Amino acid sequence: MKRLSNTKMWLAALSIIALVVIISACSKSGRNRGMVESDAAGKVYIAPGTYDEFYCFMSGGFSGQVSVYGLPSGRLFKVISVYSQNPENGYGYTEETKPMLMTSHGFIPWDDAHHPELSQTNGVPDGRWIFINGNNTPRIARIDLKTFETAEIIEIPNTGGNHASAFTTPNTEYVVAATRFSVPYPQSDVPIAEYKKYFKGALSYIKVDQGSGKMSVAFQIIVPGFNYDLAHSGRGPSNGWSFFTCYNSEQATTLLEVNASKNDKDFIAAVNWKKAEEAVAAGKFKTIPANYFHNIYNEETQSATSEKLRSVKVIDPKDVPGLIYYLPTPKSPHGVDVDPTGEYIACGGKLAAMIPVHSFSKMLKAIENKQFDGEAEGIPILKYDAVIAGEVKDCGLGPLHTEFDGQGYGYTSAFISSEIVKWKIGTWQVVDRIPSYYSIGHLMIPGGDCAKPWGKYVVALNKITKDRYLPTGPEMCQSAQLIDISGDKMKLLLDFPTIGEPHYAQAIPAELLMKNSQKIFPIEQNKHPYAAKGEKEAKVVREGNNVHVYMTMTRSHFIPDNIEGVKVGDNVYIHTTNLEQDWDVPHGFAILGAEFSELLVMPGQTRTLVWKPKEVGVYPFYCTDFCSALHQEMSGYIRVSNTNVPISYNGSK
Amino acid sequence: MKKNLRILIVISSLLLISSYFLPIWYISLDAPQYPEGMGMQIYINDIRGEKEHDLKNINALNHYIGMNKIIPDSISELTYMPFIMGALILLGLIAGISGKKILLYIWMIIFFIIGVAGMYDFWQWEYDYGHHLNPDAALKIPGMSYQPPLIGSKQIMNFYATSMPDIAGWIIFAVFAIGLFVVIMTIFKSKKDEAV
Repeated sequence: MKRLSNTKMWLAALSIIALVVIISACSKSGRNRGMVESDAAGKVYIAPGTYDEFYCFMSGGFSGQVSVYGLPSGRLFKVISVYSQNPENGYGYTEETKPMLMTSHGFIPWDDAHHPELSQTNGVPDGRWIFINGNNTPRIARIDLKTFETAEIIEIPNTGGNHASAFTTPNTEYVVAATRFSVPYPQSDVPIAEYKKYFKGALSYIKVDQGSGKMSVAFQIIVPGFNYDLAHSGRGPSNGWSFFTCYNSEQATTLLEVNASKNDKDFIAAVNWKKAEEAVAAGKFKTIPANYFHNIYNEETQSATSEKLRSVKVIDPKDVPGLIYYLPTPKSPHGVDVDPTGEYIACGGKLAAMIPVHSFSKMLKAIENKQFDGEAEGIPILKYDAVIAGEVKDCGLGPLHTEFDGQGYGYTSAFISSEIVKWKIGTWQVVDRIPSYYSIGHLMIPGGDCAKPWGKYVVALNKITKDRYLPTGPEMCQSAQLIDISGDKMKLLLDFPTIGEPHYAQAIPAELLMKNSQKIFPIEQNKHPYAAKGEKEAKVVREGNNVHVYMTMTRSHFIPDNIEGVKVGDNVYIHTTNLEQDWDVPHGFAILGAEFSELLVMPGQTRTLVWKPKEVGVYPFYCTDFCSALHQEMSGYIRVSNTNVPISYNGSK
Repeated sequence: MKKNLRILIVISSLLLISSYFLPIWYISLDAPQYPEGMGMQIYINDIRGEKEHDLKNINALNHYIGMNKIIPDSISELTYMPFIMGALILLGLIAGISGKKILLYIWMIIFFIIGVAGMYDFWQWEYDYGHHLNPDAALKIPGMSYQPPLIGSKQIMNFYATSMPDIAGWIIFAVFAIGLFVVIMTIFKSKKDEAV
């Protein structure tokens, strides 16, 4: 053997070292963080001055709000206050909006909002309203999509944890609500151990008036005390039915993670709501005492009022045979999603490794042939084999929710294996999968739970954020991901941060909403009892301890802006009316010492702040929204005295 | 006057009726913060915003520079303009139907005088609004006036102001041009007749 020269030997040694270094470096950086293709940026880039294709409404989760994003850009446009006070605009603080947050438990300025659902006509979102549930203090809210403001909130009686909500029927006849935590029925002081004896579930149908949108609890169906988790309505052939998943058929009350996971199968409750409607019409219901609030915002008076309601109509399924059937569904089912045709009902299972898909036509046949597998408190349980259309195997671990693209495919989120799995309806074969970062909960395709999905994108709504963004301490933003589904393969396009915890979301083509979006409130339609609709109407009136200030705002002054005669201990109601009729010219109001948020008053609107001065002095107030070049000059003073100083103020010249 | 020309005069006089329904002139204002634009339209008896609240908003902005409010009810021209236009239409019809040359010439002379006087009056209003400013105005720029152009475009602070005839304005111009054409034709015809 020929001896290697020194130089060659050193070269060989160096190249081996270099190779090792490169390989180790590669293996370290090789953790996949979701590769995107080079054209991804172009697909989400919305050039300045142009608009997004879709509005996307995301639940704000435990922020109690709804956030409005643009797709595909992922830009945040607005946070709509629903169940939470909002210091940014005074929602829930002002006299006009405080009644929106009244409940039978008192004033509750927070909730856990999970599932937004757009109103539908013929099974397709129509852009009139969007509904969202309040989970903790069971409520349903209706948001008006002309103003993007909460228009109404109704409390749901006999319910604990309104989670399977606010899903609509195909023509928004009803929005459903259900109890996730069954409670004693009626509420009473009983030992928890006697759950089986006293606890019941309630499935509620909230009627929606097609003109005004006004909601009312039409009826409740009293069902066995399981945990009713999610819902969706049938359409097409299954129109007239709704489907609720339930878990904890074990009826455990402690350590549910173990004790409610024992049964191999829980249920989907298939409810024939048309039959329920007929039963109510035929008088097959009981009216029972209840205690719940109905809060509605009047567009004319620009003020909300609360009404206390004292009874509810209740249907016992025993009185209406054929009202409900249970479909056995494996492993603590979660989401229940009906395909665009209305024939297939896909079920998530938090601990499952396959997706059972029930067939509506088989269900009807099984009912006809009485293919039952026992019953639960008188409700027939259908045979699994008689109703199942297929099982999607290899669907990942912990499949939760399914959306549809209208092209024959279902897309299911798998929480445990942190991915979206695409499968074909009919063959039940998985055709594609893409990882999510991390641990996806819901997913949303524009129109993906309606009769005619718009498709194009799927948004992953992830439960865990970790390292996806610049770190902001232990508490971080929530995370969504936009995925292109227009081709055979799903392609990750964009990560974007979200507020609260987004559970479900809805999206609708922008052109359906933007043309209706209101720019101002016409001042001549303002019927607020304390409005000053012109500077000549500005005044200050004392009524005992209450001082009412009728104040106008316009660029760039308040009338009046010097007020005297207020005394320590007075309740000063400052009613501000924005006289502007120009697009995007709000004015704000804040006064030193107010235990209150600011007021943000839209053009043509009246908003009221209550101020209770505690010490003598002269207190400045000012406009908080940079309204004009002379915004800084938009300010004034209120003098607070201990003695009887007569009310005086400077009115309009 | 030849029959065809008389019919032309009658039709064009009738066309002037459109000025009772359609805007004669417009002034539009564009600024960075008004992407949707603002404008006002001058009708024979009214001044209206191009969009519902434009006039109110223009007045709101003008108050910064101390400009008088544009209040249609306080502009006397808007009350008597409809009658002047009515008289002009009537005279045009009489000239056309009678076919008398002298009436045609008188009609055109009056038309011309009304037109020039109207434009002068409009310019005066613009001058007055642009120069007679409230001394207490928030925004005072020495030597600055805010007179919009009589016709054409001009940058006034952050606003790009354009003043142009609107539909009825163009119709009035067109009718005047037709009148002029008829006058020329008539003179030419009578010259030819004399030559023969």
